[in-house]
Amino acid sequence: MSFLDYAPAPESTSILNLKNTYGLFIGGEFVDGGGHSFATVSPSTEEVITTVAEANAADVDRAVHAARKAYDTVWSKMSGAERGKYLFRIARIVQERARELAVAESLDNGKPIRETRDVDIPLVAAWFFYYAGWADKLEYAGRGPNPQALGVAAQVIPWNFPLLMLAWKIAPALAAGNTVVLKPAETTPLTALLFAEICQQAELPPGVVNIVTGAGATGEALVSHPRINKVAFTGSTAVGRKIAQILAGSPTKLTLELGGKGANIIFDDAAIDQAIEGVVNGIFFNQGHVCCAGSRLLVQENIHDDVVARLQKRLSTLRLGDPLDKNTDIGAVNSRAQLERITEIVNSGDEEGATRWSAECEIPAKGFWFPPTVFTDVQTSHRVARDEIFGPVLSVLTFRTPDEAVAKANNTPYGLSAGIWTEKASRMLAIADKLRAGVIWANTFNKFDPASPFGGYKESGYGREGGRHGLFPYLESADWMKGGR
Amino acid sequence: MSRVPAVQSTPRSQTILGGSPTEKALKRFLEGIPGVDAVGAEARSAGFQTRSLKTSSKIWGLDTIMSMVDLTTLEGADTPGKVRTLARKAMRPDPMDPSAPSVAAVCVYGDMVAETRAALGEWHISQRPDGIAVAAVATAFPSGRASVPVKILDTQFAVSEGADEIDMVIDRGAFLAGNIGLVFDQIVQVKEACQRSDGSSAHLKVILETGELATFDNVRRASWLAILAGADFIKTSTGKVQPAATLPVTTTMLEVIRDWHGLTGEKIGMKPAGGIKASKDALRYLVAVAETVGEDWLTPDLFRFGASSLLNDVVMQRQKMKTGHYSGPDYVSVD
Repeated sequence: MSFLDYAPAPESTSILNLKNTYGLFIGGEFVDGGGHSFATVSPSTEEVITTVAEANAADVDRAVHAARKAYDTVWSKMSGAERGKYLFRIARIVQERARELAVAESLDNGKPIRETRDVDIPLVAAWFFYYAGWADKLEYAGRGPNPQALGVAAQVIPWNFPLLMLAWKIAPALAAGNTVVLKPAETTPLTALLFAEICQQAELPPGVVNIVTGAGATGEALVSHPRINKVAFTGSTAVGRKIAQILAGSPTKLTLELGGKGANIIFDDAAIDQAIEGVVNGIFFNQGHVCCAGSRLLVQENIHDDVVARLQKRLSTLRLGDPLDKNTDIGAVNSRAQLERITEIVNSGDEEGATRWSAECEIPAKGFWFPPTVFTDVQTSHRVARDEIFGPVLSVLTFRTPDEAVAKANNTPYGLSAGIWTEKASRMLAIADKLRAGVIWANTFNKFDPASPFGGYKESGYGREGGRHGLFPYLESADWMKGGR
Repeated sequence: MSRVPAVQSTPRSQTILGGSPTEKALKRFLEGIPGVDAVGAEARSAGFQTRSLKTSSKIWGLDTIMSMVDLTTLEGADTPGKVRTLARKAMRPDPMDPSAPSVAAVCVYGDMVAETRAALGEWHISQRPDGIAVAAVATAFPSGRASVPVKILDTQFAVSEGADEIDMVIDRGAFLAGNIGLVFDQIVQVKEACQRSDGSSAHLKVILETGELATFDNVRRASWLAILAGADFIKTSTGKVQPAATLPVTTTMLEVIRDWHGLTGEKIGMKPAGGIKASKDALRYLVAVAETVGEDWLTPDLFRFGASSLLNDVVMQRQKMKTGHYSGPDYVSVD
């Protein structure tokens, strides 16, 4: 027996009190949807968790009207301090129900409970606490005196951090005085529906938050609705581009947070053991389902072999398996479709001549899984170096000089994140200055804080979420300021 | 004794630095080692604490911890009586369970070595392969502030009294002042002093006193320095300075041991000492060892705990695992 046979230490799902079916959350109540209900499955077991209503165009219309009514009659008339109270209340309920939310998220998304418990859910609460504080201080947000809310915000979020992305969208929108209609991803609606219950529990005025479940058609109906004032989307660049086309020429404001192909740059003077940890966290956190993942490793050529050897050794200690087990490091891939996409791009890496290495781990018989994988001998023209894989796959490239590192790091249509590993602070700052990415981490990776703005360059989108900047997409200057003084 | 600009050559330093190393070459080598990022190192160690061990692993772990303890008394007030009590405890950690493993060593001051050996009697390692060793602290423990001849004599005396292992302290003042050649030479000289007349040698554990070195970078460099000079074990602390052993510091040292093994195939031992009081914490050290250097190191030959109160907690936890309920402090012996 190996000492490292950790105990199966699964979190109990008995804390969950799920219904067999969930409706749409419109005007403060759960109502039936007009579309075809669909099941949400656990990606680690392929078992059905619950059935969820599909919102058709009429349902979306009802939701937008509920949000409009709530905006006109209640939310826009309420003082910032009062709105803040509701947000504080939501934040506290999230903390109280943290374990339940963590279990639900791991079950529905496939990510390890270690991450939902220690990262996702605490950040959700932090986001609401942070923006609750802004609700009565909007005068100081930087939009001038007496800034105005936009109205109804339509928000579409992805499946990789379901509840956290919801918090990133809803907290600033509500703090700024908008009402929202939010569509969670079709594979991960569970925590959004639990959040709807939290809104009821917090006695949030009906219609301030509406949640419509469904797939692409629902999303399209929502973002193209004529009575919304703002669209916020996080997801793939392809869909983001389509939304931009739909909204072109309309007065509806748009922010997009899209894909990425982040570069993690290791210089030869880096603290190697910690850099390895950072690389692991950068691409294998959340099975690599992270838009800001450090999916390209740029390592200085003179330490390439050492870094790869250390990385492979470290990856061999990662544990893949039941997401609800507290010892699990790598959970399940969110869906069969995503697994197929990862497999397809990885196969292209083999065909194009990159060298594939995967950690040895037992792949469970059921569910969707992909072992931690590293490609070496990757050239900048390879697909694995250019396409966003959105899975636990790292491509290793080398560079010789700082300038080459910058050039290769910036050589991507994306520009969301980057990482720099060096013990030399002057180099760190000089390189950070030259990288075209919205977030640059130095000697760490994938760290989030509600006070810090987040967003991308180029095909990674526009607009910022988090911090004071995260209020801007939901706030306008007062009318008298816009006309030019 | 005057300092020579060239440091003494050891087989290990020859492997890494070549023929006749100078202080300058040694310094350059140590300064060329990649640094340690403190935030990252602490985050990694925090990760070891979230592992949940299987019951069977835990039982094995508790027995292993017991067999890895260097049961220690290092007080001005140490008497033959105290040492005899401790020796007995080392043989039979759990008075109620003779199947409990004996500890690895009893660690005392040099003048108590003969008494300890006598008290261990046939439990001593010379009498049986699974027996208990006698470890002696030397070189003006704990401060190390004495002249080099005194340190050498201190070591020679302990060895001649029958010490199987020597726990020496490095000259932290010299290290912090940048006189690393001095630190290196002293370790080499103490290593020589560990030799017995029959050609065999007492095992040398080199105490870095990480609480005084303060930074992870210093800990890493001092670990390399001690290994290059000939350490069989590297050890965190004397137990007389706070902070003593911590998980991030131990992990940093284990990473050096791992890298040395990768470079030469040679296995260096590790001994965290001071401040580890609970079984739960000790088990986390085993996780760190297994995940950093590998399970090969989970043996008293390569990993030790310098501790005194830890042993009673392990005994209690072990009793709990066997009987299903906690006893109490009166069911373990007070020493």
